[in-house]
Amino acid sequence: MAGGEPVRPGRTATNPAPRFAWTRHRALDLMQTYAGAIALVLLILYNVIFNASAFLTVNAIRVNLTQVAEIVIVAVGMTLVIATGGIDLSVGSMMAIAGVVAATILLSDVAPWNVPYLGGALAYVVPILVVAVFGAANAFLIANMRIQPIIATLILFISGRGIAQVIVGGRLQSFREPEWQVIGQGRVLGIPVQAIIMIVIVAVAAWVLARTAFGRYVLAVGGNEEASRLAGVPVTRVKYAVYIISAMLAGLAGLISIAINSAADPANIGRNMELSAIAAVAVGGTSLLGGRATIVGTLIGSLIIQLTTYTLLTEGLTDAWVRVVTAAAILAAVLIQRRSTR
Amino acid sequence: MATRALPETNAADGARPLLLAMDGITKTFPGVVALSGASLRVGRGEVHALVGQNGAGKSTLVRILTGAHRRDSGEVVFAGQPVDFRSPQAAQRAGVSTIYQEINLVPYRSIAENIFLGREPRRFGLLDWRAMNRNARDLLRRLDISLDVTRPLYELNVALQQMVALARALSFESKLVVLDEPTSSLDEREVQTLFAVIRGLKQNGVSVLFITHRLDELYAVCDRVTIMRDGQTVAERAIPTIQKLELVATMLGKELGEVRQEGQTGFDQARRTARRTGPPMLEARNLRREPALRGASLSLRAGETIGLAGLLGSGRTEVARAIFAADRLDGGEVEFGGGPARFHGPAHAIRAGIGLCGEDRKAEGIIPYLSVRENLTLAALPTLTTAGIVDRKRQRAIVDRFITRLGIKASSPEQPVRELSGGNQQKVLLARWLCLHPKLLILDEPTRGIDVGAKAEIQALIDELAGQGLSVLMISSELEEILEGADRVAVMRDGETVAILDHAEVSQDRLLSLMAHGHEDDAALANSGPPIANDVAPDRGDQRGGR
Repeated sequence: MAGGEPVRPGRTATNPAPRFAWTRHRALDLMQTYAGAIALVLLILYNVIFNASAFLTVNAIRVNLTQVAEIVIVAVGMTLVIATGGIDLSVGSMMAIAGVVAATILLSDVAPWNVPYLGGALAYVVPILVVAVFGAANAFLIANMRIQPIIATLILFISGRGIAQVIVGGRLQSFREPEWQVIGQGRVLGIPVQAIIMIVIVAVAAWVLARTAFGRYVLAVGGNEEASRLAGVPVTRVKYAVYIISAMLAGLAGLISIAINSAADPANIGRNMELSAIAAVAVGGTSLLGGRATIVGTLIGSLIIQLTTYTLLTEGLTDAWVRVVTAAAILAAVLIQRRSTR
Repeated sequence: MATRALPETNAADGARPLLLAMDGITKTFPGVVALSGASLRVGRGEVHALVGQNGAGKSTLVRILTGAHRRDSGEVVFAGQPVDFRSPQAAQRAGVSTIYQEINLVPYRSIAENIFLGREPRRFGLLDWRAMNRNARDLLRRLDISLDVTRPLYELNVALQQMVALARALSFESKLVVLDEPTSSLDEREVQTLFAVIRGLKQNGVSVLFITHRLDELYAVCDRVTIMRDGQTVAERAIPTIQKLELVATMLGKELGEVRQEGQTGFDQARRTARRTGPPMLEARNLRREPALRGASLSLRAGETIGLAGLLGSGRTEVARAIFAADRLDGGEVEFGGGPARFHGPAHAIRAGIGLCGEDRKAEGIIPYLSVRENLTLAALPTLTTAGIVDRKRQRAIVDRFITRLGIKASSPEQPVRELSGGNQQKVLLARWLCLHPKLLILDEPTRGIDVGAKAEIQALIDELAGQGLSVLMISSELEEILEGADRVAVMRDGETVAILDHAEVSQDRLLSLMAHGHEDDAALANSGPPIANDVAPDRGDQRGGR
């Protein structure tokens, strides 16, 4: 039966809506498309005008970029997952697993240090491959066992950090490998290396989403899974791909995190990262129902949350208030989205 | 009683005093008139069937009765009072209970708790378990069922869960129980149990409104029937006074023995007489998938159009999905293009050269937020990529070609497909397959919900494609489409193909008879004996309703 919302009296099938509704609809569309960018510009302007001495310093910009990079990298993977109509709660745990695996390799004697850079390379590659396997496990539960994504990834959200603690016996692993730590502490032309990695990942992901068959499949699966299957879209493979990508990007963020701190603390690497990433995706304008996604939006969303926090802290608000106001900002962003998707 | 005369209503055919009278009900949804002057009258202690094709307005009418939708206009009188239920709860308080296919009860609580959910008997502020269990047993006994009422609900099969739901309805002192396709997931024995309970309700003076697609059941248990079509009530009759064949004809809007006018569709009749027969393309034998498919067979040659006719729930759609490997089969064989075909899934079938336009464009066809361009080329993407990267130039060329060729009306190829009209969405979905140059195209209700102009265009296109050697399997509820568009017609009933007819042998009466009885029963046309006598053979199980 042709379902739908009940019509208000006065509207008929031949004249479904008054004309001005179209322009209103367009206005809301524009608002949704650019709301994030506008908010970001306002935040920057506010800081430039009222806070120039602190904000417009190389150091402040570096701090902001450094702090936001991990979130953006994780949130890009989260965007792809959410675009398929899923969610990945396990990213924080993935960061912890990757972090402790890398630290273990860096501290181990078995690594063949006599081959130049081999140990360092292994400490980059192995942790990311390890979490890729865990990402595949998420996808197995979701695509093959048909468990809801929120439950399936909750399994590793809970157990992943435990696994990380078991790997290192729960102890903090401190290390010093300056060359290896360039991903967290290095700079190129004064720009933090992790910010460059972040930009490259955003650019590649945006391009993949827009231009490759895989990117279109991601959106198709999220938009209508059954229709996609009937159109020959490899739905299962697409799901494996997004959860593995999400895990690998989280793993990379975990490596950056331990490189910054010169230590891997299994209890704290990537703590609450899943929530920050989901918030960034939501603020960026990606529909949590799937089918519509914007990688650049996610970058903007991450920057908004970062700058809101930064601005409030420099204004002298306490950490507790900063959380409350940031949450309000997220709510506002999501409400704007909801109105225009009606 | 009745103030306004209903079409084809015969007040003298044994009607009981009225419990429910819905009159002149209209309801509009954005862009769709769902009901335009529908009526429904149910007598006290009567089992009343409500039938109609998909989209006839049954569900909307029932939702208005049960308070799930509000009507735009019309009157509802229930138990002598004009009513306007604002919610299902309000309807329930007034004595209208609805039992849906999926039971809305709490699986891990006991049978007794479920019956009294929300109205548990209390004593000194505590649950009075003994009273609750005793009352539950009494209620079930009234339905002639004995069950241990302390068992959790999930241990029961679907049929018994429905009984519990019915007992719950009884406990509300319901005057009218609405059963929405209750038998679709029941096996034959369970159906008999349900019918016994329905008769029990009737003896208790409770009226039952029974929505079903299965004619045999309707004749087995119902007293009267209301037939809907295109948002209107077209007939209300006592069951003994209406033959199955007539009922089907009324449902589809056909007159028996009527001489059909040719040229009501966009199909070219000249082509039909000069029919070409190419090499065999598809051979499906004895396809089985419980409960909807119980042995469907058909064959198809290159350049041939086969019409697949049958009532809702006859297994038409399931045949299409089985050939396309969208569902797993329990048994049967498919040969395609001269060799055995064991497709692992739709993607595999597509590579072999099959396309399927599903019955439900929204659920199985379009990706709403993607553009016309992307919807159109979704299935073709593997052929448009190099190393995974989409070749935009070739994509655009294909999209432009098909937009022009099919006359798709969109503001630009980048317009989201959900903003297009139904007819244009359907053209996009056709183009999705045509750009792959398939060998076989399966069209499930290709023109449903589409305006007349687009309909004729799509029909002409199907003809044209068949002329170029494409095999088409066309499922349709519109007899004209089957009669004029198909080179041969396969008729389905209860999950089986009951006949395959040549274009020249097909007539409207013949089709109606096959759809209603599963065999050609010319006697039924003339015979005025009680139809129940023809239909004592119980249905051999269940079918899924329309998807």
